[in-house]
This record gives sequence, C-alpha cells and structure tokens, in this order.
Amino acid sequence: MLLPLLGTAALAFTPKTNVLLTKQIALATTILVALVGILMTVKFDFNTTGFQFVESHEWIPAFGIKYALGVDGIALVLILMSVLLTPIVVIAGWHESEGGRWSTKTFYSLLLVLETMMIGVFASTDVFLFYVFFEAMLVPVYFLIGGFGSGERAAAAVKFLLYSLFGGLLMLASIIGIYVMATRYGNRTFDITTLSQLHTVLTPMMENVLFLGFFIAFAIKAPLWPLHTWLPDAAKSATPGTSVLLLGVLDKVGTFGMIRYCLTLFPNASKTFTPIIITLAVISILYGAFLAIGAKDIKRLIAYTSISHFGFITMGIFAMTTQGHSGATLYMFNHGFSTAALFLVAGFMISRRKSSTIADFGGLQRVTPIMAWSFFIAGMSSLALPGLSSFVSEFLVLVGTFTRYPVAAVIATFGIVLAALYILIPVQRALHGPTTPGNEQLTDLTLREKIAIAPVIAVIVALGFYPSPLLKIINPAAATVISQQGFTDPAPTMSEDK
Amino acid sequence: MINFVTPTLDYALLAPILVVLAGALLGVLIEAFAPRNSRASSQLFVTLSTLALSLASLIRVRGRASTSAAMESVTFDGAGLLLQAAILIISIVAVFLLADQENFTALAAALPGSDEERSSLQQDLKVTEVYPLTLFAVAGMLLFPLATDLITLFVALEMLSLPLYLLAGLSRRRRLMSQEAALKYFLLGAFASAFFLMGITYIYGYSASTSFAGIHAAVIGGVGNDVYLLLGIAFISVGLLFKVGAVPFHAWSPDVYQGAPTAVTAFMAAATKVAAFGAMLRIFYVSFAEVFWQWRPAMIAIALVTMVFGSLVAIAQRDVKRMLAYSSIAHAGFLLSGVIALNKSGLDASIFYLFSYGVATIGAFGVVTLVRDSAGEVTDLNRWSGLGKRSPWVATAFAGFLLAFAGIPLTSGFIGKFSIFSAAYESGSTAILITGVLSSAIAAFFYIRVIVLMFFKDPVEDGTSVVIPSIYTQLAIIVSTVTTFALGIYPTPLINFIQSTASFLR
Repeated sequence: MLLPLLGTAALAFTPKTNVLLTKQIALATTILVALVGILMTVKFDFNTTGFQFVESHEWIPAFGIKYALGVDGIALVLILMSVLLTPIVVIAGWHESEGGRWSTKTFYSLLLVLETMMIGVFASTDVFLFYVFFEAMLVPVYFLIGGFGSGERAAAAVKFLLYSLFGGLLMLASIIGIYVMATRYGNRTFDITTLSQLHTVLTPMMENVLFLGFFIAFAIKAPLWPLHTWLPDAAKSATPGTSVLLLGVLDKVGTFGMIRYCLTLFPNASKTFTPIIITLAVISILYGAFLAIGAKDIKRLIAYTSISHFGFITMGIFAMTTQGHSGATLYMFNHGFSTAALFLVAGFMISRRKSSTIADFGGLQRVTPIMAWSFFIAGMSSLALPGLSSFVSEFLVLVGTFTRYPVAAVIATFGIVLAALYILIPVQRALHGPTTPGNEQLTDLTLREKIAIAPVIAVIVALGFYPSPLLKIINPAAATVISQQGFTDPAPTMSEDK
Repeated sequence: MINFVTPTLDYALLAPILVVLAGALLGVLIEAFAPRNSRASSQLFVTLSTLALSLASLIRVRGRASTSAAMESVTFDGAGLLLQAAILIISIVAVFLLADQENFTALAAALPGSDEERSSLQQDLKVTEVYPLTLFAVAGMLLFPLATDLITLFVALEMLSLPLYLLAGLSRRRRLMSQEAALKYFLLGAFASAFFLMGITYIYGYSASTSFAGIHAAVIGGVGNDVYLLLGIAFISVGLLFKVGAVPFHAWSPDVYQGAPTAVTAFMAAATKVAAFGAMLRIFYVSFAEVFWQWRPAMIAIALVTMVFGSLVAIAQRDVKRMLAYSSIAHAGFLLSGVIALNKSGLDASIFYLFSYGVATIGAFGVVTLVRDSAGEVTDLNRWSGLGKRSPWVATAFAGFLLAFAGIPLTSGFIGKFSIFSAAYESGSTAILITGVLSSAIAAFFYIRVIVLMFFKDPVEDGTSVVIPSIYTQLAIIVSTVTTFALGIYPTPLINFIQSTASFLR
C-alpha cells in the first residue's frame, strides 16, 4: 500500500516542465498498484473469516495506537475497486490537470497521495489509524477540487471540506469516548477486534451517543439525506476524474464505515436506530431520484443519482440480513464502476461540447456513436438493467430488506421506477432526437478514451452475468458482521406456511 | 531576635535560569560599551549562545528532582525540566525571528513622526536592546513554572512581563499602534498583577504560608476559613488567566498581538503560554488539587467560554495577526482542559500541546513577517489572496501551520488535541470534550478560509510581495514546519519522553 507514496516521491524528482514523464510515472505507479491489488485478491483465502494480510507495528504506544492493517472480504473488494479505478481515472483524465491552477506534477502527486490514503482507510484495523486516514484524505481532495475543478470550485471545495470536517470532529469525540471507555475497562487499545467487545459493558445511553458520533460522520460522507447538500456542488465543480474518485471511492468510506465501525462497535445502538436510518435511506432514494429527474446539469444529475444509490446501500446495510449486506457491498463496488462510466463519458462529452447542460447534447447517437453507446450502457447500469452489474446488487439489497422491512423495500422499489425516468429522459434528450446545432462537428472517442472506458464497461457487463466470484469474497465477511450483531437471518416465511 | 538563616542554593538546578540572567546582563554591558555597528551581531551571538548554554545546563541536570533548589521556593522536577526545555527551544527559534532587525524601530525613545525619528532612521540605528530584554523575559519564564512559593511566582511573573511590555512597543512601522499596544498591555497587566497579589494575601491569610507545600498542607488540614481560600484561588487565577489570554481576561491580546512587532508577538504568544500554563498546572495540581470541586466548575465554564468565544470571533477578523490572536484565545481554552483534567495524562497532554502549539505559532508568525509591501508588513487578509501562486513554499508552510492549528491528522496539532481532550474526558468532563470538538469545527472554518484565500484566489496587484527571507527567518520557519509535521506523523519518542518524565514534586 505504500507503493503510491513511492510514486509520489518519484514525481517529486521529475522536473516540472516534463509533463509527459510526470503522467507516465503516475500511470505506471497506479497500474502497478492495481496489479498488486489483483494479486492480493487472487491470494485471498475465501474460506476463512477475519482479517488477512495482517500487518501491525507500534505507532504511539502511549495511547495504545498501532499502525495496523488487514483486510476482510468487504475491505478487499473496496480496495480492489479503488486501485482499479485510479489508473482508469489517470488515463481518462490525461488532460485534466492542464486547466488547473497548479502544475501537472501537483495534480498527480495529490492523486497518488489520495490513492495511498484510500487504501489505508479501507485497510486499517486500528480505529485511530482509520480516523487519521479518514481526515487526512480530505486535504488532497480539497486541493484537487479547488485547484483543478471548474466553475465555483473554491466554494465547492470549502463546502466539501467543512461538511466533512464537522462530521470528522464528531467522530473524533466518539473515538475519544471509546478510547476512554476502553481504558476504563482495562484495555488501552484502538484495535477494532478488541473494541468490538466493548459494547457488552457500555450503558445503552453511552453506546447510542458514541454511535451517533460515528454515524453522522459517515452519513455526511455517504451522503445520506439530509446531509447530502455538499455533494452536487463538489461533483459539479471537480474534474470528472476527481468526481469518479469522490463519488466512486471516497463516499464509499461512509458506507464502509457504517458496516465496519457502526455495526461492529455498536450493535445494540445500531438496532435502536435502524428504523430511523431505514427511513432516511428510503427518503434518500426517492429524494435523490426526484432531484435527478429535474437536474439540468449532467454532472449534478449523476451526483443526485448517487444520492439515490447510496440510499439503497445504506438500506441494505441496516436491513441486517446477510443478503442485504452482501448486496450493499456488491452495490458499492458496482456503483463505483457505473458512476465512473457515467462521469468519464460525461467528462468526454463536456470537454467536447464545452458545456455541461443536458439540453445541449442532442443527437449524439448519430454524430458520435461510440460515445453515445458508452453513455447508454453506463446509464442502463445505473438504473440496474438485468444483465448489467447493478441489477444483481440492487436485487439482493431489496430482497434482503424485504425479509425484514417489507414496507421500506416496497417503497424503495419506486426508486427503481424513478431511476428509469431520470436515466432515460437524459438519454433520450442527449443521444437521440435531432442533432442540436453546434454538435455536428463533435469527434468520437479517441483511442485513449476508449482504453479508459472499455475496462469499466467490461466490468459492468461481466459482473452482471457472473457476479459470484465477488460474492464469494464478500459473503463470509458479511455473514460474520451479521452474526456479530447477534442477528440471524429471518427464516423464509414460505417454509413456515407448510 | 530573628534568626537569619543563610539560604542554601542548589546552583546546578538553578543554572539554566542563572545562565540566562548572566547573558542578559552581559547584553546590557554590550549595549553600554560596544561600538554601535558591532552591537547587533555580538548581541545575537551572545543571546543564542546563552540560550544554548542554558539548554545544555538543563540537560546536565535531567533526571534530578528537588523541592529545595532555592529554599523551598523553587522546585525542580520532571515537569519543570520539560517546561523549561520547551521554553528554551521555543525561545531559540523565536530569536531567529528577532534577528531580522527590519521589524524594529530605529530609536525607541523618539516620538513617532518626529525629526528625531527621521534622523535616527537615516543613521540606520538599531534597537539592539531587544536581545537583553528578551533574555530577561526568558529568565522570568524559566522561573515561572518552577516557582513553588507565591512570592517567587509573583517575582517571576513581573520579570517576564516587564520586558514584554517594552518589547511590544518597539515596532518600526505603525508606531503609534505599537505604543498603544504596549501601554494597554502594561496597564491591564498591572491590573492583573494587582489581582494576583491580592490573591496571595488571601491565601496567606488562609494558610499562613506562601509556599505551595504549606498551602497544600493547609488545604488538606482544612482548619482555615474556606472563603479566604476561594477568594485567593479566584484572584490568583485572574492573574494567571490574564497571562494566557482566557476569556474574560483576553481583551488585551488582539490589540497587543496586532500592535507588537511580529517577531515579538511570536515570542510572546508561544513562550509566555508555556510559562503561564506551566505555572498554572503546577499551582493547581500541587496546591489546590484536593479542593478541585471548589474551582473546577468555574474553570470549566471559563474554558468553555474561551473556546467558543475565541473560535467565533476569529471568524470576523480581517487581519491575520488579530485572527491568530483570537485563535490563540481558543487554544488557551483547549489548554485549560488540561488543567481541568487534573490527572497524569492531562499533564502530559498539556506539555505536548504547549510545545507543539508554541513551535507552530512561531512558524506562523514567521511567515507573517515575510509578507510585505513598501510600507511594511501586510496583515490585511484580503491582500494575502493569491499568495500560493506567488510564493508557493511560503504559502504551503503557512497552510501547514493552519492545518496544525485546526488539528488535522498528521500534524502535531491533531495529536495534541486528541490527547488533551481524551485527558479531559477521562476526568469526566463531557462538556469540555463536546464543546472542544465543536469549537474546533468552527475554528476550522476560518483557518480554511485563509487557505482558500492563499491558494484559490487570484493575486491582487497592489505591491504585496513576499520578501526573500533572511537566513534566520528561513531557519525558524523550516524548523517549525519540520517539527510540526514530524510530531504529527511520529510523536512517539516525544510522548514517551514526556510520559516518563513529567511529574510534579510536592
């Protein structure tokens, strides 16, 4: 995981003027990291639960803080997603760094530092270390949005940072709370496995308060209604590549944190708050979808669809069933790729048309067929068309939720109907219909852009037909979390009727 | 007939203080006898070597502890060693900033705007008195956290304050403002000293003793009238809280921070805080720990108000020095939670926080001295916009310090904040934890605004520029930056050292 940092160090020594070399080093580093990530996945032992590839060093022994890393199935899948998406972002955004305030070197240094922290945040098994990555990650993203974005980038960057910092500080209060409680009960540590026993001695009141500190931080990150307002601005102002990382990876930290920290550390509190959270999730699904239908700007549209999708993920997590969890984790992975596809193609479209208003893209189907098809597939994946990857995960989430919260699941299903609307309307407007004046001269995707988008679409299609390899990784981990919760999957009601 | 006992002094333990005093006196002699053109360099040399020598003599006596370094009135112990070391290190870095003579008036005695001032400027006079004054202040600061007798404590307080009053008035530009700051600081400081003295008399009336040990014995014995004890604690706290700039005794700090020469502000903000909090920790931990239920609620209230007030008012500031002043008020609130914690981890956390905050403060003010136009330093924040474009390194360093103040992980500020809040929460102050965290969130807002100004706004063309830093200033900023990040990424050695060393000897 330190590999990207080495890349950053290498970047530091390349001359500022040699833009091409900078990009090549960055790309080589990210590809190397991706290969290591794939290798890890291959070597991962599907049959055991618990953390693998464990690594642990003393960091600040005075506070019982360790530099401890390790992955379970859920973390592994998310790390895999991050390391696969990063090189794609580098290829797709080959020219993104050039419109920025600072040099290309700065852009890629920030990107690589960010990649290091993304891996760190998923891999850390020490709560303190997790927090350090969680917060420190904000700084490179902040500069990526503020320095290289477009439009009101500074304001968007600040909004993003303030929201996240606020949530982060609430979480810090909770972490201090856990730490002091752990010390009081004789175990000065931040180790997640040890701390997951702490709930047995906490008073319910205490557990609820600590839970909320974590949950609000993650809900801002995820983003759950009503804490979502930073996202559309940030997504609109960031470069498409940064947006991919922001929505595709960073926001997953929120939902990942809910599984890893909220549920594991505070199972009783999680149960207490489940009805409220499910309600919020359902509101997010519908609210995001309605906003998406009304969106005029293509990047905002994608951001709103994400709010809707994150509603599904959160619902799956708090349904507290194995299916729900597996579905949610798979959803995180798939959402990473379908959002990546949408944002990247949108980025290509915007860079050609110099506008991000949906109405400006008419009749692309005829002018630039490959670009239009890519957008179409990405869109279909986003609305969970059977045969594409998102369908499996959305189905699992809904089934998992239905067994425990049928009403919520039924209402959420309307979200799918709305999804058809918010994807099909822009697809129709942008791709079909008469060619909008000014679009006749647009060029189709270049080879570089094809290379960037092809693997994403390949993943979307492949996982749509054959998701089981990933599910094999996820399922044991999801089952462990559920059993730690003291939950059992509800028995299928059919068998009781007999 | 009174039996006069010859005082027995442990010179080795007092050496750090005595060396600095000797250096200061030597500085006065240089001022009187050395030719004018060689003064600046020889003074700088004397000052730095004095501080280094003092640090060396401090290191020589590490591990020793004694309550009778000077007849029960000075106690040398682990916490004292750490605080003195922090003060000396911070002073050395601050002296590098002071070495940039550009900041000081040519002739302090000349009236602002008078012919005398003009001619002194033409002659290129320099106020080299800055150095001995600084050394006197350092000596007072070194004594302050070690004093275990209220009279000694008061002497140390005055010893560190008087030179600072003078130093605050020595600014080269905007001299009226600077002198106003000095006068304000002096008058309010005198007021606080009076309160402090008043407190001593009450405590003496309560315990018939001025030594901390005697007060402690009286507190445990509980024969005195508690009203006098409470009044005494209250008045002494006023004196100390004034020095650290806690609300409602903070009114001087924005004006003084703004008016004083920036290098002096840096020294004052960083070193005085260490000394004053050191003394405060000692007196509350050693003498008043057993009656904590008497003073803790009031102290908690003050800490809460200080945090929130400092953070909120800082948002409205348009001047970088005033903003840093209010931020230092907020930090004083955070530091008070270490006093309130009243446990070992509170003590450790406070010392770590004081040191890391002090170093970052000096670095931040060091950057402020660099941003100038033809009329001197530019402290108007609006004119800082686009600094990141013009001089990326300086702006990055400043952003680093701001992030440390905001407590972002991987900077020293985060470790400090984490440890001090967890210590406070360990002692049961949930209110401190929650308010502290929330006001950190508020504070983050204005730190980030400055970063936005520097990096995301286009420069204004009005002659604001970053001067090429002198080697000394450069050194100060580099040392501060490296320390800030090193302590953020790997604080273990320092934390372990503090943890094994810091303790108060009763």
